[in-house]
Amino acid sequence: MFEYAPAPESVRPQIKEHYGLFVDGEFADAADGSVFKSVDPSTEEVLFTVAEAGEADVANAVAAARRAHETVWGPMSGAERGKYLFRIARLLQEKAREFAVAESLDNGKPIKETRDFDVPTAAQHFFYHAGWADKLEYAGLGPDPKSLGVVGQVIPWNFPLLMLAWKIAPALACGNTVVLKPAETTPLTALLFAELCQEADLPAGVVNILPGAGATGAALVDAAVDKIAFTGSTAVGRAIAKAVAGSKKKVTLELGGKAANIVFDDAAIDQAVEGIVNGIFFNQGHVCCAGSRLLVQESVADDVLERLKARVSTLRVGDPLDKNTDIGAINSAEQLERITALTETGGAEGAEVWQPACDLPERGFWFRPTVFTGVQQSMRIAREEIFGPVLSVLTFRTPDEAIAKANNTPYGLSAGVWTEKGSKILWAAERLRAGVVWANTFNQFDAASPFGGLKESGYGREGGRQGLEAYLDV
Amino acid sequence: MGSILSGAEAAALVRALPGVDAVGLEARAAGLATRSVKKESKARAIDLAISMIDLTTLEGADTPGKVRSLAAKAIRPDGDAPSTAAVCVYPSMVATAAEALEGSSVKVASVATGFPAGQVPLDVRLADTEAAVRAGADEIDMVINRGAFLAGDLERVFHEIKAVKAASGEARLKVILETGELVTYDDVRRASWLAMHAGADFIKTSTGKVGINATLPVTLLMLQAVRDFRAQTGVQVGVKPAGGIRNTKDAIKYLVCVNETLGDDWLSNEWFRFGASSLLNDLLMQRQKLKTGHYSGPDYVTVD
Repeated sequence: MFEYAPAPESVRPQIKEHYGLFVDGEFADAADGSVFKSVDPSTEEVLFTVAEAGEADVANAVAAARRAHETVWGPMSGAERGKYLFRIARLLQEKAREFAVAESLDNGKPIKETRDFDVPTAAQHFFYHAGWADKLEYAGLGPDPKSLGVVGQVIPWNFPLLMLAWKIAPALACGNTVVLKPAETTPLTALLFAELCQEADLPAGVVNILPGAGATGAALVDAAVDKIAFTGSTAVGRAIAKAVAGSKKKVTLELGGKAANIVFDDAAIDQAVEGIVNGIFFNQGHVCCAGSRLLVQESVADDVLERLKARVSTLRVGDPLDKNTDIGAINSAEQLERITALTETGGAEGAEVWQPACDLPERGFWFRPTVFTGVQQSMRIAREEIFGPVLSVLTFRTPDEAIAKANNTPYGLSAGVWTEKGSKILWAAERLRAGVVWANTFNQFDAASPFGGLKESGYGREGGRQGLEAYLDV
Repeated sequence: MGSILSGAEAAALVRALPGVDAVGLEARAAGLATRSVKKESKARAIDLAISMIDLTTLEGADTPGKVRSLAAKAIRPDGDAPSTAAVCVYPSMVATAAEALEGSSVKVASVATGFPAGQVPLDVRLADTEAAVRAGADEIDMVINRGAFLAGDLERVFHEIKAVKAASGEARLKVILETGELVTYDDVRRASWLAMHAGADFIKTSTGKVGINATLPVTLLMLQAVRDFRAQTGVQVGVKPAGGIRNTKDAIKYLVCVNETLGDDWLSNEWFRFGASSLLNDLLMQRQKLKTGHYSGPDYVTVD
């Protein structure tokens, strides 16, 4: 075999030994002195320590954000706000390599993805919303849309910088100020972003970053904010919805998924196989809209599976900083445990498991790409979100059966349809109960395209003209 | 190996092939092109690429002197660099090339069948082929009848390839699809299968004489075709991208595609070739760079 020599990314970002909370334009330690560690999931080595925000810090940050909204950011013209957002977008592009490596180190995802997807897409999100800042009255949402005020935002660990961009860019463009809590295991790029805000001379208090765990998030939800925007698990989303019920706080939630990727017998098979691989193995399967259920028409199932296994066997699992790595590390020990436990139920409930032969590093959190065949709709691996590189393969006989199975889930975030027949794409898209339906592709994102769920996958949209509504009083 | 299919059967099979999704195919090719091949693996890839070149001269101004000098370079490109796979010339130059390459591992490849357009009567194309074989060609690079293909007369294309295959005798037959004139990926896939069913030993992208020659997505599609053809029939067919591959970086992208689509079985000049002329010098310069640590220049490799 033509072996590729290791091709490690050579740039190393400046990572400090310790980071504070970013409140009112300055870094400061937590009021109670709490600190936690962030580790590199591919080696289990501690990367840095960071202050953990408590209730008092949350109150301070919200007060700073309130001041900034009332005195600077709220009264500022849209054109001026747009200038700041353009500046942030440009700085992100300039520092793209540094951000890509930092994200890869803290999260475990391959440098190929942070370099070609996470960071450029995050920058695009700022560019896109910078353009909206002075055109909000023409967004078709009402003649004189107003900002909401202070927004509390809680984001997940799977796309730390990109989710930050999805949250902060529209909020700022619409004239709000933000208090954002990055995920406990991946605060690094949010902290580098805080440094970038300083460099961009963003007025103090407009963006506040509070690292912490669940308790910090809960304190933020309870604080005097005008809106909560959350991306994460359905269980936490439900708790947030309960906590704000009866208050004037607005909420948007982007939660879990168990997407069906439907391959019809008239699909372009080689490209469908690529789409299946991208759908479930992109970002180690740590994707809320991952195509974790493959629904393949029975007449082509053997052919598709044979090609799929051959393709999965070529995936390169290992060092996230190697430019040839396709699959990196699982983000945390806790997530690895969850993936392992759910995968074990698959075998116990009678599905057939297949994994390619590949060496895994000794240290760190790793999981082999896994394909379950013979999966039935009633099995846990077909119902529950695994959030890992685990694909469940089911078959169907007719288009109606495919739609019925695809929709038979409490989730409704995304779906994929593979067929060379245009009319079948439209027929399926009309019937699929999912916020996003991809046709002959999967996991495509664009700042101009709204993203969000149905049913237990949440409510509210992010991105596009529709996404602005979540941050405006119209 | 002759085909057991009738023209009508082959045409029907080819027409029933599933479609190609252009966006997905191009995305996959672009993904493979991001592989980073460095150090030892780059050194191996460079030598492998050199050994896969059909060093080509196809000009009206070709002379015996030019062909002899190309042959010498094909045998010993530079220091301990491997020989190229073949020298590829017009039929009138085959005898000269055969004489110059005698006793070496380098094969004589000849374009034939009214190259590059192929717009001459079939008997002329067959006579062209037979003459090249008689003069000593080990390999024949034929062009398909694009006019008939685009007019939908797949049976005619199939029969013509079979006839050229018969006329080629022992010589290995490379069938040039001229993908830049077929234009769509669907047609490239159909033409690939038609050629393989008709007995092609290699399928080749281009003549190098039209606007669009070898591209990575087209080559990837043809690699998938030979993979599927072997799985279905047990017969292995080679692939030759030609035209427009000028530097080491590009050549390595092609090798990565072969590696990750077909693997070891195709990673030799028995089954994969580059149709190129200027590519060789860039590979040699990169090879010197890896050995000495500094870039040389065009004066440190020979012009031909």
